[in-house]
Amino acid sequence: MSSIGMIKQTSGAGAARAVARRRARQVGQGSGGAGANRRPRWVTYSILTFVLLVSAYPLYYSFLLGSSDAQTIAQNPVPSLVPAKHFFDNVERVLTSDIQFWKALTNSVIVASVTSISVVAFSTLAGFSFAKLRFRGRRGLLVFVIATMAVPTQLGIVPLFIVMAQLGWTGKLVAVIVPGMVTAFGVFWMTQYLEEALPYELIEAARVDGCSMIRTFWHVAMPAARPAAAMLALFTFVGSWTNFFWPFIVLGSNNPTLPVAVQLLQASYFKDYSLILAGVTLSTIPLIIVFAFAGKQLVSGIMQGAVKG
Amino acid sequence: MAVITTPELDPAPGRAPRRIAFRQRIGRWDVKASPYLYVSPFFILFAIVGLFPLGYTAWVSLHDWNLIGGKGDFVELDNFTNVLAQPNFRTGLRNTFSIFLLSSVPQVFAGLVLAAVLNANLRAKTFWRMGVLLPYVVAPVAVGLIFSKMFADQSGMFNTLLGNVGIDPIRWHADVLASHIAIATMVNFRWTGYTTLILLAAMQAVPSDLYEAAVIDGASRARQFFSVTVPMLRPTIIFVVITSTIGGLQIFDEPRMYDQFGQGGADRQWMTVTMYLYELGWGAQKSFGRAAAVAWILFLIIIAIGLLNFFLTRRISTSGSRAGRDKR
Repeated sequence: MSSIGMIKQTSGAGAARAVARRRARQVGQGSGGAGANRRPRWVTYSILTFVLLVSAYPLYYSFLLGSSDAQTIAQNPVPSLVPAKHFFDNVERVLTSDIQFWKALTNSVIVASVTSISVVAFSTLAGFSFAKLRFRGRRGLLVFVIATMAVPTQLGIVPLFIVMAQLGWTGKLVAVIVPGMVTAFGVFWMTQYLEEALPYELIEAARVDGCSMIRTFWHVAMPAARPAAAMLALFTFVGSWTNFFWPFIVLGSNNPTLPVAVQLLQASYFKDYSLILAGVTLSTIPLIIVFAFAGKQLVSGIMQGAVKG
Repeated sequence: MAVITTPELDPAPGRAPRRIAFRQRIGRWDVKASPYLYVSPFFILFAIVGLFPLGYTAWVSLHDWNLIGGKGDFVELDNFTNVLAQPNFRTGLRNTFSIFLLSSVPQVFAGLVLAAVLNANLRAKTFWRMGVLLPYVVAPVAVGLIFSKMFADQSGMFNTLLGNVGIDPIRWHADVLASHIAIATMVNFRWTGYTTLILLAAMQAVPSDLYEAAVIDGASRARQFFSVTVPMLRPTIIFVVITSTIGGLQIFDEPRMYDQFGQGGADRQWMTVTMYLYELGWGAQKSFGRAAAVAWILFLIIIAIGLLNFFLTRRISTSGSRAGRDKR
C-alpha cells in the first residue's frame, strides 16, 4: 500500500499543478496577448483601485452607519469616512434584540459546516466513480448530472415544503441541510478534477494490493482529491451561509439562520439603520474572515472551474 | 486505458478453499456494484428534493390546495387561468425580466472590460483578483439592506450626492425603472467580480499565437480585443449568460429586502415572480395551488429560454468562430 506522502507527490496538488503547467504549455498560455509582458501603466492601477474601492465601500458604509446613531444618519446621508464610536453599543442592541442572534449564528455555522462536509464527501465519492471506474451507463449518468444543473429546482419549493411539513421538519435545521447534501456542481467538479489528478496506476496498485473499492477510495482518491475538495468545501460554505430563500420559508423566525435573522431586523427596526447595519456588519464578519484566509482559493477555484466548464 | 477490475483467476480445481471463493464473490460484487453505489447519493437526493417536487408542483397546481387546510378539490387549470389573469402576476413578470436584463447585460460588459484590465501583467495579481471577488461573500440579504439605505428616496446617500452636483433626487423606490436599476445594481455588485474571473480564466486560455498574428497584421490593442479576445470568449460568455438566466429569473432576496414590507413596493413596482409566488403561498392567500401554478409557469419560461440559448449556442458555435472547440 503506497503511503499518503507518495500519493501526495504523484497525484495530489503536485500532479494537478503539473497538469496545469503542461496544459499551459500546450495552449501557449498567452497571458493576455501582445503587450502582455509589458508592465501596465498607472492607468491600469487607477482603474483597479477604483474597482477595489467600489467593491469594498458598501461594506465599509455598513460599518460606518453601524457605528453611528439614528439621528446622525438622518442628518448626514453621506457618512463621514471616520467611524463614530457607537459600534459596540449597536452590536449590544443587536445581541439583546429579539432576533436571537447567537442562535442564528450557531445555526448558520452548523448548517454551513454540515452541508460542506456532506457535499465534499458525496461529491468526491461520485466523482471518483465517474472519473475512474468503469460501469455501464457512466456517460449517460454524467450527462444527466450536468443537465440537472440547468434545472431551477428552487421552483419545487411548494411540494418540498409540504413534504417537510409532513415529516415534521419545518422549523428544524435538517430541513435546510438535507436538500443540499450533495450537488450536481460538486459531482461535476470532483469528476473533472479526479480525471486529471488521479493516475490509474495508483488505483491499480491499491487494487492489486487487495484493497476493496471503498478502501481504494479512502486511501488513494481522497488524498488526491484534497485540493479540489477544499475549494468545493469553501464554495459550499459560502453558498450555504448566504442562502436565504429556502431557510426563510422553512425555518421561519423562531429558529433562524443568520440571513433570516438579519432580515428580521429590518422588519422590526426599520427606522433605526444604525442597528440594522450593525447587524449586517456583524453577520458579514465571519465570511470576511474566511475570505481573508481563503480568498485566494476562491479566486483560483472560480478560474479553474471556468476553464473546465 | 487501464481497467480497474483485477483479473479474476480461476481457483485451481479441487484445491479451492471455500473462503477464497467467497471473498472472490464479494470482490466481484464490490467491483460491479460500487460505482453505482458511489454515484447513487446524488441521484437519490435529486430525485427526492429536485425531480419529485417539480413534478408534484404540477399536481398541486391542479388543486385547491391550502397551506393550512391541505389538499382540496381538483380544479383543472383554474389556478393557472386565475394567476395569468392577475395584473400582479404580469407586473411581476415584467419586473423580473427588466431586473434580469439590467443586471446581466451590464455585468457581462463590465466583466469583459475588467477581465481585460486584470489580464495585464500586474503586480500583486492575486490581491486585485481577490479585490473584485470580495462582494461575492456578502449575503444577498446584507447587500439588499446596505443598498436599500444607499438608495433611499429621502436622505439616501446617492440622492444626496446627486443633489451636491445639482441633479434632482431620483425616486429610487417610487419609480419603476429606477427601482429596477437599484436592484440590478445590488446583483451586479455581488456578481460582477465572479463573472470577471470566469472571463479572465477564459482569456488566459486564448492561444498567444492568435495575438501574434494580429500584431503582425498591424492590429491595435483595441482591435485585438474586439477581433480576437471577444470571439474567442464567446462560449464562455454564453455559459455566463445561461447560468445568470437560471438564477436571475428566480431572483428574490434583493428585491425582498428593498424595503421593510418585502412586498415589492406600494404599486408592486419591483415585485418579482418569485416574490409573488411566496406571497401567494405563504402570504395572506395561503394558496399553495396558485403558488404552484406560478412556479410551473416560471419553470416553463426558464426551460424555454434555456432551450433557446442552447439552439442559439449551437448555431453560433457551428457558424461562428471555432472558439468552442479550440477551448478545452
